[in-house]
Amino acid sequence: MSNDHDHHEQSIWEKYIFSVDHKVIGMQYLFTGMLMALIGGFFVYVFRMQLAFPGAEVLGWGIVNSAEYNALVTNHGSIMIFWVAMPVLIAAFGNFLIPLMIGCDDMVFPRLNRLSYQIFLISALVLIASFFVQGGGFGGAWTAYPPLSANANYNLTPWGSILWLVAVALEFVAFLMGGINFITTLMNSRAPGMKMYDIPIVVWMIVLASILFMASVGPLIAGAIMLLLDQTMSIGFFDPAKGGDPVLWQHLFWFFGHPEVYVVLLPAMGIVAEVMTTFSRKKLFAYKTVLNTAIATGILSFFVWAHHQFVSGIDPRMANIFTVTTVIISIPIAEMCFVYIATLYKGSIEFTTAMLFALAFLVEFLLGGVTGIFLGASGSDIYFHDTYFVLAHFHYTFVPIAIISVFAAIYYWYPKMFGRLMNETLGKIHFWGTVISFNIIFIPLFILGASGQHRRIYNYENFPQLATDGMQNLRVVATMGLIAMLVSQIPFLYNFVTSWKKGKIAGNNPWKANTLEWVATSPAPHGNFKELPTCYRGPYEYGKMEGRKDDYWPQNEES
Amino acid sequence: MGIVQPIATRRSATGILTGKLAVWWLIGSEIVIFGGLLASYIMMRLLHGDWANEAEHTNVVIGATNTFVLLTSSLFVVLSHYWAEKGDRDKAFKYMWLTILGGALFLCFKSYEWTHEIAQGYTISKSLFWSFYYVAAGIHGLHIIGGVVIMAFISFDLKKGKNMHRAELIGLYWHFVDIVWIFLFPLLYIAK
Repeated sequence: MSNDHDHHEQSIWEKYIFSVDHKVIGMQYLFTGMLMALIGGFFVYVFRMQLAFPGAEVLGWGIVNSAEYNALVTNHGSIMIFWVAMPVLIAAFGNFLIPLMIGCDDMVFPRLNRLSYQIFLISALVLIASFFVQGGGFGGAWTAYPPLSANANYNLTPWGSILWLVAVALEFVAFLMGGINFITTLMNSRAPGMKMYDIPIVVWMIVLASILFMASVGPLIAGAIMLLLDQTMSIGFFDPAKGGDPVLWQHLFWFFGHPEVYVVLLPAMGIVAEVMTTFSRKKLFAYKTVLNTAIATGILSFFVWAHHQFVSGIDPRMANIFTVTTVIISIPIAEMCFVYIATLYKGSIEFTTAMLFALAFLVEFLLGGVTGIFLGASGSDIYFHDTYFVLAHFHYTFVPIAIISVFAAIYYWYPKMFGRLMNETLGKIHFWGTVISFNIIFIPLFILGASGQHRRIYNYENFPQLATDGMQNLRVVATMGLIAMLVSQIPFLYNFVTSWKKGKIAGNNPWKANTLEWVATSPAPHGNFKELPTCYRGPYEYGKMEGRKDDYWPQNEES
Repeated sequence: MGIVQPIATRRSATGILTGKLAVWWLIGSEIVIFGGLLASYIMMRLLHGDWANEAEHTNVVIGATNTFVLLTSSLFVVLSHYWAEKGDRDKAFKYMWLTILGGALFLCFKSYEWTHEIAQGYTISKSLFWSFYYVAAGIHGLHIIGGVVIMAFISFDLKKGKNMHRAELIGLYWHFVDIVWIFLFPLLYIAK
């Protein structure tokens, strides 16, 4: 089977801006996500400086007032989840990897794919525009609880809150389109011979995440329409004064919001599976277990949402049920971590930068998971609720997911994206700088949270119990850690840009990996493969095999 | 700029047409959107018995007529699919337009009904019941408009004998929109 893609010359416009090629669209998502990450990173720098040195002028911003502080915190969260984690983990790697790894030439609906990116881009622009309108950006937290978010008299951001909501809704539409594309592509367009258990785990995970997203976001889309009407036409869906119920929004939001955690976790888990098997030269310890636990996690994730609402006045009997389901969901996740550790056991481990990031993912995510148990149990959550303990907990899950695993993926697939290897020395500087400073930020925040420091406070000087020297010092340490982490990204950006032209030529398969994307040339042309491959075996045939000289066995090689 | 259809689109590992799979997933995502909205409505309705006093003023006759119109149009889209499969372009075209007519008729009744209600003061902000009434039926109405527009495009393809399978795809969607109405009608009109 040959293909007829490269018959006509494409203009730059056609090739990079309005391309329908899944790889280019993946890159567009990746670069947009990285750009948004810079904005989100800048926001956190500004408000952390305010917390460490309240009232002082922040370099690059000036004095931070309380409305700005709220807008910065809110949009930091929104950006990092909706415009960084989602587009990079799911859309960028989903687009780039799915057709390559299942051995076909593109997504099943290339134009729908392009449309999904364009809508996503518009959503990002709407969000950015919301910072500059009258009243400033929305400051009611990324969870947008009404009545604060519903009424401009309370939030004082008449335009910011509307634009924020419109941006989020558009982003959902983009990912629904992308999701339909991913799911149908995997279902229908696999290479001949690729059976269910021959699909690389990362592809499974991205597609499962898309299904999870699709199944959970609907109520929130309905909720977003209702909230938009509350904001613009002063209807009272969520306003108790008009007979509405603010807790209804919390249900609609968290019915999406909690599965969303797993929507981003699963692709990260998938990336780590690919990187770990390649660099420990061992078969994935239990392929089917990983798959089954991922499905179990997905199903369970629909029954845990109310653990975000233990203090919202829900029935204590219901709180008990949600405590139980929340603790149960840690079982499949722990299982997955065990499988990964077992994969390393007696492997021939190679500490490339990608592998280091993958290992760091496991360690840091484990800390995030363990601290979650304190919050999942309704008794202890009543104390910890809305403190920095919660904040440190979810950053210990989200940073490994959205930052650390993404770096593992970038170092690992960069050669396939651009045909060249990234510099390993710079990569290791980047790795240690990022991971060490990450812990310097959030360990102090755990301590602060446990000592009762509440979230979303502009200036702790007004709270005598929280303004002690000891606590203020910890805040300064965390902020210093943050600056170190931001500075550590400079070697990465330098490496990313210079390796593009000057990196070592990678060749098709620099890591000696099995999956089908390594069969294509690096970088892969439009249409991906010269001859579309056929699949003969599972993706993780590594290690010594009888009758084989190599310690790997590509999926497309006939036996 | 011409886009070559990728080989990926023509593959079918499941044996099901790719477009059909996509429509099913689209319907899946729509089910949760309407599901979330209706679940919210039902929960609140159960908590507020007095909404019945508001629901009294909905027009059951128009609601029932519209149910009949939509169900009939669903029959027409099935017939259009049937003739498209048989390869009879003209009949497929004709029945597609009868379906469109059904959708248009539905919208006409709806506009009459809403104009009447708004004139009497039952607006979207009168009370929460009416908010839900207009939002749920409004989103459903947008789906009708979308379906009618897409069917108009598809009908001309059918006439030319191109993409005959799309009669089935839009049929799936149209049935879904129909079924949503089957939920809306009792919940908004009949439950007093």
